[in-house]
Amino acid sequence: MNTLVLVEHDNNSVNDATLAVVTAAGQIGEVTALVAGNDCASVAEEAGKIAGVSKVLKADDAAYGDFLAENVAPLVAGLMDGYDAFLAPATTSGKNIAPRVAAHLDVMQISDILSVEGDKTFTRPIYAGNAIATVQSSDPKLVITVRGTAFEKAATEGGSAAIEDASGPGDAGLSSFVSREVADGGDRPELASANVIVSGGRALKDSETFEQIINPLADKLGAAIGASRAAVDAGYVPNDYQVGQTGKIVAPEVYIAIGISGAIQHLAGMKDSKVIIAINKDEDAPIFQVADIGLVADLYNAVPELTNAL
Amino acid sequence: MKILVPVKRVIDYNVKPRVKADGSGVDLANVKMSMNPFDEIAVEEAIRIKEAGKAEEIVAVSIGPAKAQETLRTALAMGADRAILVETDEEVEPLAVAKILKAIADEEQPGLVLLGKQSISDDSNQTGQMLAALMGRPQGTFANTIEIDGDSVSVKREIDGGLETVKLTIPAIVTTDLRLNEPRYASLPNIMKAKKKPLDTKTPGDFGVDIAPRLTTTHVAEPPVRQAGEKVEDVAALVEKIKALGIA
Ligand SMILES: Cc1cc2nc3c(=O)[nH]c(=O)nc-3n(C[C@H](O)[C@H](O)[C@H](O)COP(=O)(O)OP(=O)(O)OC[C@H]3O[C@@H](n4cnc5c(N)ncnc54)[C@H](O)[C@@H]3O)c2cc1C
Ligand SMILES: Nc1ncnc2c1ncn2[C@@H]1O[C@H](COP(=O)(O)O)[C@@H](O)[C@H]1O
Repeated sequence: MNTLVLVEHDNNSVNDATLAVVTAAGQIGEVTALVAGNDCASVAEEAGKIAGVSKVLKADDAAYGDFLAENVAPLVAGLMDGYDAFLAPATTSGKNIAPRVAAHLDVMQISDILSVEGDKTFTRPIYAGNAIATVQSSDPKLVITVRGTAFEKAATEGGSAAIEDASGPGDAGLSSFVSREVADGGDRPELASANVIVSGGRALKDSETFEQIINPLADKLGAAIGASRAAVDAGYVPNDYQVGQTGKIVAPEVYIAIGISGAIQHLAGMKDSKVIIAINKDEDAPIFQVADIGLVADLYNAVPELTNAL
Repeated sequence: MKILVPVKRVIDYNVKPRVKADGSGVDLANVKMSMNPFDEIAVEEAIRIKEAGKAEEIVAVSIGPAKAQETLRTALAMGADRAILVETDEEVEPLAVAKILKAIADEEQPGLVLLGKQSISDDSNQTGQMLAALMGRPQGTFANTIEIDGDSVSVKREIDGGLETVKLTIPAIVTTDLRLNEPRYASLPNIMKAKKKPLDTKTPGDFGVDIAPRLTTTHVAEPPVRQAGEKVEDVAALVEKIKALGIA
């Protein structure tokens, strides 16, 4: 089978989320990487070096620079004659574009796959990961989004794929990009790829308190910062910190949940972490049912003490 | 302008789903069902747009079993004006749902279709995007803020790195994220009034849509269970554990 992988990027470099998709696609067949963007030659070069990529298609056009689904989806659909499967990362960008491609092709998308089980057969989580479904597609072509934490990342070096130009219909004239507010995390690792995550919940009271308690511990551990929905809704931290069923899915080496109860929607986003540590003053909090190491304590005493001792 | 709001009947978000012993699916017998939470947010947003004088009518649609009437009555009690039930006992996949919604949109000609970003049951996150493609219209997914301005709508979207704003020509398809609003509860008088609001019943066949599934679920399994570990006595013990992990 021939697969087409949507490379996620910022017109400068390949986003890590792409690497797991290359691995998943490699389990299905030959991998062609599609770089759709504006002035994206450096991205195409980088994509060509990813181990497992045998060809790169570069669609360089101002219409693709902001990854508007209205423009990118017809491009992808138009290229699919030569491919059996299209795969995108299950990021906000992939989730935005892939279903639109699927509808253009009149096929069902298989969302958020966890594994490739065989010809057209995959596993995927449903009901906030409380069940794992094995699904088989009867469509002539596959459209798939890939859960990044479920596949190893392909190596960023080792490939030497040729780069070919591709083109599509360009600007559909339906939508335009206005602005993007992306916080600069500084030296802090990204949530999706961090080794250690320190996450705070509703118990952190407000944004200053969250910062005073959580940030120093995260600094000590070189950790990314996450949060529960309650903490995001209350405005302690930005929306993209939310870990869970409807936020980010993470699986770091160590996940430290502080003042988070452990609702199923939160667990859905972090229960595949290697080691889970929980600090909560309620010994019956559900988070302790999944935690490898639990500390029943008031976080306002425990966390500063912990930070100092590390 | 008219607003179309598709609402799905799903397992209540407070219920912990149980996988059936024979691996055929999730046990929904005698389980509390509710409106998909993202769809409540969509209904609320539609009502706010109407209250701001930017829409005249809100039509709620549900595709599902007869019981999905309850979900539609909830939407009507919140403030939708009328409802359409597309009744079927089959599981309808997002692609077929999108095709039915497209047929309804062709009849109703809404300026906006407001959907949830994802059903908390199948976690597909695709219906809105598919509908937008089928209608050949723009999509504003994962909306955090919606502003209607004449013949266009600005949607601030929740994306992985933060927030992004796009401008879409109307008619447009928008899917809701959690921070868009906090849905209201229906008051008792409004629940009573909702019983008298019009609710049409149709079938997928009325729209000529083939709902035969494209995906077959061959097996549904419990995820690997995580065992609870140990509780440590105090911070000093936790420090030892963390140091042993080699991260500090
Ligand atoms: C459609 C939908 C989608 C959702 N998606 C997500 C999602 O993606 N991610 C997510 O996280 N949630 C999600 N939720 C919300 C989820 O159901 C919970 O409401 C949320 O996770 C609770 O956040 P919390 O644990 O911070 O708050 P709470 O449940 O209020 O827990 C706070 C915890 O802090 C503890 N605590 C309080 N004070 C202290 C103290 N001084 N010291 C130590 N511990 C203390 C308490 O014992 C309690 O356990 C979703 C809900 C819905 C309906
Ligand atoms: N059977 C249905 N009836 C009405 N609306 C639906 C149905 N299925 C999906 N939707 C809408 O599509 C959104 C996304 O669902 P999904 O793509 O299944 O995750 C939901 O939040 C609803 O707004």
